[in-house]
Amino acid sequence: MLSVRPQARVANPAPVFAALGDRTRLSLLAKLSDGQTRSIAGLAANTKLTRQAITKHLRVLENAGLVTSARVGRESQFAFRPDPIVEARSYLDGVSAQWDEALSRLRSFVER
Amino acid sequence: MSNRIEKTIELNAPVEKVWRALTDHNEFGEWFRVKLDGPFVPGEVSTGHITYPGYEHLKWEARIRQMEMPRLFSFTWHPYAIDPAVDYSKETPTLVEFRLEPTPKGTRLVLVESGFDALPGNRMPEAMRKNDGGWTEQMKNIQAHVER
Repeated sequence: MLSVRPQARVANPAPVFAALGDRTRLSLLAKLSDGQTRSIAGLAANTKLTRQAITKHLRVLENAGLVTSARVGRESQFAFRPDPIVEARSYLDGVSAQWDEALSRLRSFVER
Repeated sequence: MSNRIEKTIELNAPVEKVWRALTDHNEFGEWFRVKLDGPFVPGEVSTGHITYPGYEHLKWEARIRQMEMPRLFSFTWHPYAIDPAVDYSKETPTLVEFRLEPTPKGTRLVLVESGFDALPGNRMPEAMRKNDGGWTEQMKNIQAHVER
């Protein structure tokens, strides 16, 4: 809340950071980040994770907007959605730019 | 992508002067553009009003944490709380730290704002506490993917 510019206003990124702050969820995202959609069974392959655990983590990722699901036949297919990461970064960029401006005013203030 | 902001600037001013500009509420208000109701006191909430043109309707509120003269000044707040209709008080605040270090030319000031994951320490996922390196690595992977 420094030099506030309304166009820099974006959604609170907290749910995104919270969703990313878990190793299992990151591993699921890393798998999906190749752009291929996968079923729960596909995500469970070659891991020790149960279907229930994967479902739970996918739910968190879906709520944060990082994953979308679509029903294909009897199974849901999950896909990576990078938009929230871009938004979270633009939020941080906004806060960062405000600090740049505030620190430059501090510089003028102490160096005058 | 990191969930913290870190900035370092070299100032041609002695540490004492920078310390005063940060911790004297009147001086802080001048450059930060806020009219503060009273001095900063560790552990207490600082209140005031933004004086940045066009945003005078916004309140300033921060909880002062540390004032270790002349090295460390820190407070917690809700960053970017620019919508008066939103109640930011329920969100976990971020931590803002100013670290000062004397240099031959004046002062090195390091600003860190952290805690954007908005999780209190005791709810921090195990994975993040135990395996910061792995988490950072994974973030790089995702970032590389998003940016390509």
